[in-house]
Amino acid sequence: MAKKISGPSYGLLEPGDLSVTSRRRFLQGGGAGLLMGFVWLRNGKAWAAGEEPSLKVIGGGDNNGGNTFQGFQPGGFIRIAGDGKITFIIPNTEMGQGIYTGESMLIAEELEVGLDQITVIPAPPNEQLYQQPILKSQATGGSTSIRGAWIPLRQAGAAARTMLVAAAAARWGVPAGECTAERAVVKHGPTGRTLGYGELVDDASKQTVPADIVLKDPKDFKLVGKPAKRIDTPSKVNGSALYGIDVRLPGMKIAAVEVCPVVDGKLKDVDTRPARAVPGVVDVVKLDNAVAVIGDHFWAARQGLAALDINWDNGSKENVSTQRIVEDLKTASEVGKPVMGRTVGDVAAGFRNAAKTVEAVYQLPFLAHATMEPINTTVHVRPDACEIWVGTQAPTAVQKAAADLTGLPVEKVIVNNYMIGGGFGRRLIADSIVQAVNIAKQVSYPVKVIWTREQDIKHDLFRPAYYDHIKAGLGADGMPTVFTDRVTGGSVLGSYLPKGLPEGVLDTDAIEGAAETPYDFPATQVDWVRKDPPIKVNWWRGVGPTHNVFVVESFIDEMAQAAGKDPVEYRRALLGKNPRALAVLNLAAEKAGWGEKLPDRTGRGISLHDSFGSYLAVVLETSVSPAGEVKLRRITAAVDCGININPNSVKAQVEGGFVFGLSAALYNGITLANGQVEQNNFNDYRQIRINEIPPFEVHIVASGENPGGLGESGTVSAAPSLGNAIFAATGVRLRTLPFDREELRQK
Amino acid sequence: MISLKINGQSHDVDVPGDMPLLWVLRDVVGLTGTKFGCGIAQCGACTVHIDGKPVRSCVMNVSAVGDRPITTVEAVGETPAGKKVQEAWLDLEVVQCGYCQSGQVMSATALLTRNPRPSDADIDAAMAGNICRCGTYPRIRAAIKKAAEV
Amino acid sequence: MKRWGLALLAVIVILIVAVGAFLFIPHRLEEVSAPQGMPTGQALVQRGEYLARAADCVACHTAPGGKQYAGGLPFKLPVGTIYAPNITPDKRSGIGDWSDAEFVRAMHHGVGKNGEDLYPAFPYASYALMTTEDALAVKAYLFTLAPVQADTPANTLKFPFDQRRLMRFWKLLFLPGHRFQPDNGKSPDVNRGAYLVEALAHCGECHTPRNFMYGLDNAHKFAGAVTEGWKAYNITSSKTAGLGDWSDQQVADYLSTGHADKRGSAAGNMGEAVSLSLRHLTPDDIRSMVAYLRTIPSQGTATTESAVDLDPPALKASTPYSPTPDELQDASLGLQIFQSACASCHAWNGEGLQSPHAALIGSQTANDPEGTNLIQVILRGAKLETNQGTIAMPAFGKAYSDAEIAAVSNYVIAHFGNKKPAITPEDVAKARAF
Repeated sequence: MAKKISGPSYGLLEPGDLSVTSRRRFLQGGGAGLLMGFVWLRNGKAWAAGEEPSLKVIGGGDNNGGNTFQGFQPGGFIRIAGDGKITFIIPNTEMGQGIYTGESMLIAEELEVGLDQITVIPAPPNEQLYQQPILKSQATGGSTSIRGAWIPLRQAGAAARTMLVAAAAARWGVPAGECTAERAVVKHGPTGRTLGYGELVDDASKQTVPADIVLKDPKDFKLVGKPAKRIDTPSKVNGSALYGIDVRLPGMKIAAVEVCPVVDGKLKDVDTRPARAVPGVVDVVKLDNAVAVIGDHFWAARQGLAALDINWDNGSKENVSTQRIVEDLKTASEVGKPVMGRTVGDVAAGFRNAAKTVEAVYQLPFLAHATMEPINTTVHVRPDACEIWVGTQAPTAVQKAAADLTGLPVEKVIVNNYMIGGGFGRRLIADSIVQAVNIAKQVSYPVKVIWTREQDIKHDLFRPAYYDHIKAGLGADGMPTVFTDRVTGGSVLGSYLPKGLPEGVLDTDAIEGAAETPYDFPATQVDWVRKDPPIKVNWWRGVGPTHNVFVVESFIDEMAQAAGKDPVEYRRALLGKNPRALAVLNLAAEKAGWGEKLPDRTGRGISLHDSFGSYLAVVLETSVSPAGEVKLRRITAAVDCGININPNSVKAQVEGGFVFGLSAALYNGITLANGQVEQNNFNDYRQIRINEIPPFEVHIVASGENPGGLGESGTVSAAPSLGNAIFAATGVRLRTLPFDREELRQK
Repeated sequence: MISLKINGQSHDVDVPGDMPLLWVLRDVVGLTGTKFGCGIAQCGACTVHIDGKPVRSCVMNVSAVGDRPITTVEAVGETPAGKKVQEAWLDLEVVQCGYCQSGQVMSATALLTRNPRPSDADIDAAMAGNICRCGTYPRIRAAIKKAAEV
Repeated sequence: MKRWGLALLAVIVILIVAVGAFLFIPHRLEEVSAPQGMPTGQALVQRGEYLARAADCVACHTAPGGKQYAGGLPFKLPVGTIYAPNITPDKRSGIGDWSDAEFVRAMHHGVGKNGEDLYPAFPYASYALMTTEDALAVKAYLFTLAPVQADTPANTLKFPFDQRRLMRFWKLLFLPGHRFQPDNGKSPDVNRGAYLVEALAHCGECHTPRNFMYGLDNAHKFAGAVTEGWKAYNITSSKTAGLGDWSDQQVADYLSTGHADKRGSAAGNMGEAVSLSLRHLTPDDIRSMVAYLRTIPSQGTATTESAVDLDPPALKASTPYSPTPDELQDASLGLQIFQSACASCHAWNGEGLQSPHAALIGSQTANDPEGTNLIQVILRGAKLETNQGTIAMPAFGKAYSDAEIAAVSNYVIAHFGNKKPAITPEDVAKARAF
């Protein structure tokens, strides 16, 4: 039987949200367009007529702006025009994770339309309509999209379908219960009469919003859970997809920028004449810390920039170096005052009762995002408005930043969100938008600012470096009596919040993945010594777990080794209270042939974690040559992400996320010397390539649990499974990322 | 004025001879399917065909093209191998963010054009110059094999 | 006996006095005057600019990222570091208050404004051959530059090398006491070339080996030498080791563009010399340099292992986009790195993609079994300014391990040079140290 909305795990809805009074809040306006907020009901608010910001069409679709839309528009996510054209407004940004398809499936499932019948557009900035309920902001990140959308988007589809069916039933004068909907057509069963959704838009707009929205029983799902072709990909194989960097506007010029190479340095002065002498250069614009050369095309702009001899004021951070930062982290770890993350049980007793203690220090580097699409923003600042074309993970942050800089009210800042050529957290931050607006303010035409790859890497906001001291007590049986982890590193949240994070307040990102592991430890203490580096830091794919799970999962292997036990056996013994974790562990081990004999200098490594509401175990098999070459042989993953919306995307995200993590584990680390980032481009910020990737299997555990996030889980697993496999192959335990392959050379 | 044959059409462009073909395609001709990734021929996002051969347009001076025909991702689907590659890419759901895929499709098409039955080692040789940050490599390999069977 | 003793004492005293005088008598400052017919005004400045380029002053007198001619480039020697001075016309920190005579004395005698002896990192042993007229033209040009206030860092040489006067001994041995002397038995072309090669371009400073006193070993003129980890190749007429088998066109192209068809491309100091200096020379001057180089007797014969193979079998068995089937099957680490990071430009059949500069067929660097320059260029990259734009290879040193760079070097030399190299990770580690 169909199940009513029950309280979803993620706290999106409360019973009161469906009361008549709360619904009434959404029923303002009336008249031609029915507006109601199915969206994130807690924050839902209707617009008065004409208030809705214009919606631009991205990557196909029509040019039907929201202001002029005539038709059935129930809430923020669905538009059905009189001609039957159906448009979904997708609240999250498509950056490769397949969210356009996944979220469309949720709406389409309940609206009873096919994915081939719809067009999608990205949501404009509007916190009321599109706030992500877990992030509490209109943003895409933290593997939250599907978790947040699971209930509301289905509700949106179901409510709209209920109204369309009711409208048809009313027209026919039959009970709604005799009517069904399928592929955007309402059918009256007994008589076989049909009406298309397009024919019903006016009547449906006058329908009452259903008081109780009934969602489908999962067994009746037609789309959800079945492999679906992604709807954004056809345009991505023929070059027609438009990313931010592809924007072309009448009168638009293109800018190249050079930012002071020293952290927080400023522009002293520059003679702009050599750039202006370059053919095709239109303008040279000075910023506080940068020079931008604007040209007819990017090449002219770059040539102009290259012609300049810029004088920088390097400021006070000329001596910043990673060597010093790492020393400072070590000192802070030893003498700093920790903020408590989580403590369970009697830690002191745990160590007292231990037959043996194991401890280690793990170190992780700064990491750049290095999205394939280099950072870019197109801005046109006009006296009365500011228009921005960009691929962003946080459209309202972009809008607000531009409003602050231009002095315009936010509604005068139009943000056109585009496909993103890789986000990984980079495009949550509006720093490059601020720069572009500051450039555009000085000229009258639209200007597209493109960062070279070198600028993209040198002026990224990096994942923090960490220094983690981890320790466990083992009983006589080798099993843990206590587990502690002191994380030392900077606060991303502190870097992000305009006023910073007060001292003594926990940034949960710093300990996520360590504070709560899948394992059952009698006593645990995880704390964090905050030591902010002299550079800005940012979230990076896999956030806290990418950092902490590497440390924890490597160390679990160290504990197993100290106990003289097999790493998988050891984990099994700690998973008594975690059947979902145990199931993925067992499945991955079984499929990978765990325990089967391997050649010399070859080993398997496992990693297990439950992050973002999903469970993932990966077994990686690698050999290490006498020269220290790490050659991956096989990757086997088992995942339980709850109800999986699109199995195609589930597998793709596990594969892709893991490969992304491998680049970091093997090759990536940002270093600074003399206040400058030392890496430049893919020659020295190296990426893993196809010839290094072995066969990769992903096995899905069927589950009826609410969906978990999965955009980042694979990334989290990469470094620990690789480090454990390297240890199994060589007996060398590498505790610093990226892995130093020189240490693996047989000398 | 430099004359280029792009996707079967003739274009006269008024640009300096040392301007990389990439920027001529993107900023002057307006074909934005060819992507800027690194500018140093390390990632392959800018791959186009000149005379059917894969070339990194980010380091190719436009003056060096001469009268050889250029094919970009926008038109590669009109070639038999390009069509097969694009279909296989969609069949196997290769794409994630998609930004590198123009280059991947161009490199794979060139591979299949000269070698209709590539081995794994052939795929490595032809595709290792193309970086994908989303990690679609396992599917790229599978899709090339699938396209080769068609 | 006594007389002998007195005589010996006298000799010793005389020697001490002579050495003392040699070391301590101040250098003379010869008056110079503009030779007859010397151009003046803008014509002189233009000539000076051309000559300054031919002499590649900017290469040493500019620090990385610094202002041109403002000095500061460090020369790291085992005995300390010497810094190239600021030669912009800033009166305090540059050469703004140098007289013509002082400038010419520096060029010809290696003596600074205050009479101090200069270190031969400044190639005055070559510039000594420059005519006074040309030296004055260079000065005229330098004095048109914008003055840059930039103090040159103090040298950090250890004793006794910090004693500048000791350079007088060195000069006694190695400094020519004369200007360039044309050889009337040779064509004007060859003589012009000799002047360019020997005096201005100071080719011998890198291409001629040095003796234990850092003097040029002209018995092995242009036979090749290693400086700061880079090999300056043999440019004598040796058919196996030098330019003997190169066509005039190939030599001329290499000098003026940094690349010759089927002869590879310049990198390192030679790339810099092409970028900053040689590409600006007139075709006539390049032709003259080639004509002179043709007269250099053959020196040194390469072993069969190191002679350039112009037609390696692996290239014939490759296409631009795929290596030989055997190499593919072998899938060595070197091949894997090459296919990842190198093949997109270099191509497996040696032809080079996108730019002819990327062609490795016939490249000395890819044919040297020691891999000296190959390792350096992989570690540090290469950047060449040509009259058709910049040609660059990125540096891979930071992201690739010693073992990986050794592997790819061995692969490249085997594939493109048909040699059997044995470069080890330790070789790469040593090359990194420069």
